[in-house]
Amino acid sequence: MRAPIQSSPVPFSYLALALAILLFPGCGKTGQATASSPAKKILNVGNGAEPQDLDPQVTTGVTEHHLLMALFEGLVAEHPSGEGIAPGVAESWETSADQLTWTFHLRAKARWSNGDPVTAHDFIRSYQRILTPVFAAEYSYQLYVVEGAEAFNKGTLTDFAKTGFSALDDHTLVLHLVQPVPYLLYALRHTSWFPVHLPTIEKFGPPDRKGSAWTRAGNLVGNGPFILTKWLPNQAITVERSPTYWNAAEVKLDTIIFHPVEDNNTEERMFRSGQLDVTETIPTDKIDAYRRERPELLRLDPFYGTYYYNLNLTRPPLDDVRVRRALALALDREAIVKTILRAGQEPAYHFTPPYAGYTPGEKLTGGLAEARRLLAEAGYPEGKGMRRLEILYNTSEAHKAVAEAVQQMWRTGLGVEVALRNEEWKVYLDSKDNLAYDVCRAGWIGDFPDPHGFLEVFMTGGGNNDTGYANPGYDRLLKSALGLPDQSARMDIYRQLDTMLTRDVPEIPLYFYKRVHLISPRVKNWVPNIIDNRGWQYIDLDPVIASGDLKGKD
Amino acid sequence: MLRFILRRLLETIPVLLIIASATFFMLRLVPGGPFTAEKAVSKEILRNLQAHYGLDKPLPAQYAAYLWDITPKRFAPWRLFADTDRNESPDFDLKAAFGINLGPSFKYPNRTVNEIIADKLPHSLELGLWALAVALALGMPLGVLAAMRKNTAADYTASTLAMVGICVPTFVMGPLLVLFFALHLHWFNASGWYFASDRVLPAATLGLVYAAYVARLTRGGMLEVLNQDYIRTARAKGASETRIVLRHALRGGLLPVITFLGPAIAGIISGSFVIETIFQIPGLGREFVTSAFNRDYTLVSGTVLLYAGLIVALNLAVDVVQVWLNPRLKFE
Repeated sequence: MRAPIQSSPVPFSYLALALAILLFPGCGKTGQATASSPAKKILNVGNGAEPQDLDPQVTTGVTEHHLLMALFEGLVAEHPSGEGIAPGVAESWETSADQLTWTFHLRAKARWSNGDPVTAHDFIRSYQRILTPVFAAEYSYQLYVVEGAEAFNKGTLTDFAKTGFSALDDHTLVLHLVQPVPYLLYALRHTSWFPVHLPTIEKFGPPDRKGSAWTRAGNLVGNGPFILTKWLPNQAITVERSPTYWNAAEVKLDTIIFHPVEDNNTEERMFRSGQLDVTETIPTDKIDAYRRERPELLRLDPFYGTYYYNLNLTRPPLDDVRVRRALALALDREAIVKTILRAGQEPAYHFTPPYAGYTPGEKLTGGLAEARRLLAEAGYPEGKGMRRLEILYNTSEAHKAVAEAVQQMWRTGLGVEVALRNEEWKVYLDSKDNLAYDVCRAGWIGDFPDPHGFLEVFMTGGGNNDTGYANPGYDRLLKSALGLPDQSARMDIYRQLDTMLTRDVPEIPLYFYKRVHLISPRVKNWVPNIIDNRGWQYIDLDPVIASGDLKGKD
Repeated sequence: MLRFILRRLLETIPVLLIIASATFFMLRLVPGGPFTAEKAVSKEILRNLQAHYGLDKPLPAQYAAYLWDITPKRFAPWRLFADTDRNESPDFDLKAAFGINLGPSFKYPNRTVNEIIADKLPHSLELGLWALAVALALGMPLGVLAAMRKNTAADYTASTLAMVGICVPTFVMGPLLVLFFALHLHWFNASGWYFASDRVLPAATLGLVYAAYVARLTRGGMLEVLNQDYIRTARAKGASETRIVLRHALRGGLLPVITFLGPAIAGIISGSFVIETIFQIPGLGREFVTSAFNRDYTLVSGTVLLYAGLIVALNLAVDVVQVWLNPRLKFE
């Protein structure tokens, strides 16, 4: 007979081990936060998702943007107040009278993290890299405002020296623009304008190939206030203060640990257990509890984005502006904001967010009575004779709740029957892009604080204009805006454009976004910023841990 | 037995080929691709991107290149763990060992799929082994107890516990354990994967579900065995109850558990999306799910192939163990 299986002693020893672990919970209560000496200032930040990469010329997301702002610095930087511009690598700049030539004077003290000086030639080589066609950068179009950039990126111009980028000497960078770009300084804060260190990149492969190992911890050379010291995929990214940063003396934090926490319930629990000082967001159903019990931990800041519903103008009855306007007027936005979203979002009665020096033009007014009248005028009194409409949204509880509310409001207010259709993210993007919908959820977040980017969405044939809206007058007016020397005249044009959208209703604005964070009272200088950029060099941490401050909220 | 194993291994080749091909073509039929993004990119940029990743070539050419990349070209399993110079995590090199190249990830351009699997699989494996330990340590004694005290209070308690374990989903159990042990008692971190103590809650959460299955299967298997003639013979000869259970009954009684464990281990070690998300564990389970959302063609194919390979291998192992445990079965 074969040996009997000694199965029972083994499991019991496991059990004993499991019990032992349960009974000796001594090690590490609050994760990394307490792992080193109390004198060091270590900020633990929830940062949404795992970054794609840390190459500023490759990435496209907000997650990466937050990280890259710690590791790199562009010509200009964040202002400590959260609004406006502060000098970055460039200590000063001037513009020609026709607004087409910008000259940046780089500071002599600017250094890469390996000690090399940051020069104008670094910028030129970086811009050549991001615009090289085979490099296939998704955000290369951000640089199209410079002469020849678009042609070079599309391969029709092959000599980079013929583009509008030039270095007069080591510390003077000149950009010749295609047209005046009044918001250029704001646009320069985008990562696609950041310099990269070509000699480092070349060590790890051809510079025009993505995805070499140069962005890994130990390899990456940046010019920002912090340097990358550790990258554990899906766990944490650690950056430490850079000794070579030109303004190193002003940097407050020693270390920032970015935690890629995708699940906001997990993130909220980590915050409560003291593992995080700042969260990326907060579960909607917890907002009320925090507002009631710990309002000092809750931060609700305006965020430069609009949540709206696209209407498919190529499909009847949505080709009739009266129907579109009726649908837009029949919504109780206050109710949606108050009962579903709960973070104090602004109800939107026009498309372009009223921030960044912009005040709105005509708003949607008239309410339900006007909506009913318009619908009857269009031939659908009480919704009779109108076909069933379908709302498309990408799968998410939050979008579903809003869609259900809209469905109910159109049904009871207008007598219009509405079906809901949810699709997984990329399928939804495909349907939206191909106009395979009636009504479709959408959102637009500005890359820089200026109305121009918002109004560009509805250009005829624009890649993001997924409505079929085509208005040559609109296109002409938008193009004329950039040439205006005077800021108030330009804003006036934007007001006219926004009013056109309010009247033509290719989309139904619902609300302007809010950014919601949980933030420990220890964190100092965390200022609101409408595009949610972070000047990490200014942020400070109170070294005293107020014990029990974040705890006891089970 | 060797012939049996060899034949089964040969049979897996068409299975894996079909899985690889189906994954390849299904991914390309799904609407949206790796470069579908909220902000539209221009046609020129899209063309550049596709050329960069070889997606501009005709589909048959892409398919052929893909099949060649995933075909094992050498057999050197000793080199699987050879590359240990990277400090961040234990490595596991499919390329050095078998010449399998799963390609660059679309979503994470500076990592290859081989690397992602090498980085993440050990964490899933560790979690899986701890969870399995919990499952067997709790499930088997509970099942044996229930079978021996059939239709008593002990049996009902054990069976009820098992039923509850099966019914309470991990996304409820996990947060409950965190609330009590991490946020209320402050014994553990709410999440993370840094210290030995960070293993306890995830392993318990994942293990409890499997413990429940193991308990029920053990009970059923034991009940069947305990009625057999040879057990009666053992009793008649005066063997103690402990001896009967440990020496005679358990071996047969565990057969259903073993059958269950094969696919269960494949599932448990290739990662759990829910547990990894709740506890911030850098495992493979999350890649498995998010890669499909990201249309990360190569990462989807790579994780699917790995999972398929694991299932095939573990099923084979189960068959071998079963023959060994059950004298009535023979290798055929």
